[in-house]
Amino acid sequence: MKKKAIVCRCEDITEEDVLNAIEEGYTDIEELRKVLRIGMGPCQGRVCIQLVMKLLEKKTGKKVSKASLPTSRPPIVPVSLGTLASDKDEK
Amino acid sequence: MKSKADVVIIGGGVSGCSLAYNLARAGIDVVVLEKKYLSSGATGACGAGIRQQWSTKENATLAIKSVKIFEKLSKELGEDIDLRQGGYLIIIHDDKGMKQSEKNVEMQRSLGLKVDILEPKQINDIVPILNVKGMQAIGATFCPTDGHANPFKTTFAYANAAKRHGAKIYTHTSVVDIKLNRNKISEVKTDKEPIKTNTVVNAAGVWSKEIAEMIGVKLPNIPFRKEIMVTERLKPMFEAMVISFKDGIYFSQQMEGQIIGGIPIPEERSGYKIIPTFSFMKHMSKTLTRYAPVLKHVNMLRHWTGFYDVTPDARPILGEINGVKGFIQCNGFSGHGFMLSPMVTKLLSDFIVEGKSSDILESLNLDRYKDKKIVKEVSVVG
Ligand SMILES: Cc1cc2nc3c(=O)[nH]c(=O)nc-3n(C[C@H](O)[C@H](O)[C@H](O)COP(=O)(O)OP(=O)(O)OC[C@H]3O[C@@H](n4cnc5c(N)ncnc54)[C@H](O)[C@@H]3O)c2cc1C
Repeated sequence: MKKKAIVCRCEDITEEDVLNAIEEGYTDIEELRKVLRIGMGPCQGRVCIQLVMKLLEKKTGKKVSKASLPTSRPPIVPVSLGTLASDKDEK
Repeated sequence: MKSKADVVIIGGGVSGCSLAYNLARAGIDVVVLEKKYLSSGATGACGAGIRQQWSTKENATLAIKSVKIFEKLSKELGEDIDLRQGGYLIIIHDDKGMKQSEKNVEMQRSLGLKVDILEPKQINDIVPILNVKGMQAIGATFCPTDGHANPFKTTFAYANAAKRHGAKIYTHTSVVDIKLNRNKISEVKTDKEPIKTNTVVNAAGVWSKEIAEMIGVKLPNIPFRKEIMVTERLKPMFEAMVISFKDGIYFSQQMEGQIIGGIPIPEERSGYKIIPTFSFMKHMSKTLTRYAPVLKHVNMLRHWTGFYDVTPDARPILGEINGVKGFIQCNGFSGHGFMLSPMVTKLLSDFIVEGKSSDILESLNLDRYKDKKIVKEVSVVG
């Protein structure tokens, strides 16, 4: 992978951004998520988290436990507020 | 790991990290112990709104002084915390709300805060997308220096600055027990090595109650689950945080363009359950589109759960526990700990370093629950 490679398309984060953050001491996948906002966009990390995990493992030489990966949050796919607010099934 | 320290702080949220910074800067040998990662507790789940418009003098004073610190914090810590002061617009719906607002504003002004009561027609000057009728607004209060900051950036900036001043921060390290020697703190046991110390600060958020129980101190704090959501990014539309004590809603547009907001759900219960509910999504969307109908077509991306660490009077518990020397509380923030953290931790640091107490610290000591006359903070949302 080239340094310019985009890791997170939602937030426009490159491989270099991730490596720099790890070097600054953010060596926890959740901390990386929070400083870079990876996994917080519309795809919720489906694209980036695996890549970030690999970079982190390579850089620190430590295995990242699957259990520590961020969870996807509802509604999972974006849904409009109007649809969610609709009264159809209301008592 | 270090085997001893002057002060051990339990909890790596905004409270623990900002206190570590204040202490380390004063030359104190301080350790922070965090069971997961920094900002993994309420701090990482929060709305990070900063509001000075409170009903009790203590909260208002702490918030006003915190804002003064926030305003210089990016510079002081050498990292940007994304502070944005777009104001808080508090919607008033009825005469009772108006009476309370007038009382609050008078007290807030006596503390030097710039805050105004607005007519319904002035509401759209501040936030154009609001529907005054839909909200059933009879007025609002507005303080232009309220705002928000990025909670992760603030916590990490405090932590990084603390480390530069010599603080040691151990993440993925849990406190499992605290040892006393003749009613004085003597040691903290972790799932790794123990640390000898005479001062422990309990900044463990909703878990503070468990920490206190380790030495037989009972805290009245109760965890309340709170849900919060974020939408897709939109072009900038408004800068103020909009809140209503009556509807419990709060929402604002963040710097990147997304709208973040929360509301209590009718069936809300205390406890540690973290699964987000459909009821929240529905209730939030309904109220939000009633307040701002143009948001109907906007997508909700995610919603998540965090916990408020709620005390009987919705005010924090601060300072040393009577009878247990060196056991200091910094918890019970009841949903507003982010905005108070700069000043709260400064007061606690002054107390730890110089033994200097203050009227505010005294009034927020655990002992206040002994006499029945507690004054409740009523200006709470979410
Ligand atoms: C949905 C939501 C919205 C909010 N909105 C706002 C807002 O707009 N403005 C505002 O000011 N406040 C807001 N709050 C409240 C705010 O988030 C909290 O008051 C504040 O973050 C508390 O910070 P803290 O550092 O005291 O606690 P926390 O951030 O909870 O930190 C406590 C830490 O202690 C650690 N810990 C626990 N037990 C142990 C142990 N045994 N050993 C080691 N470590 C341990 C935890 O892992 C945790 O990281 C909101 C809260 C929620 C949930």
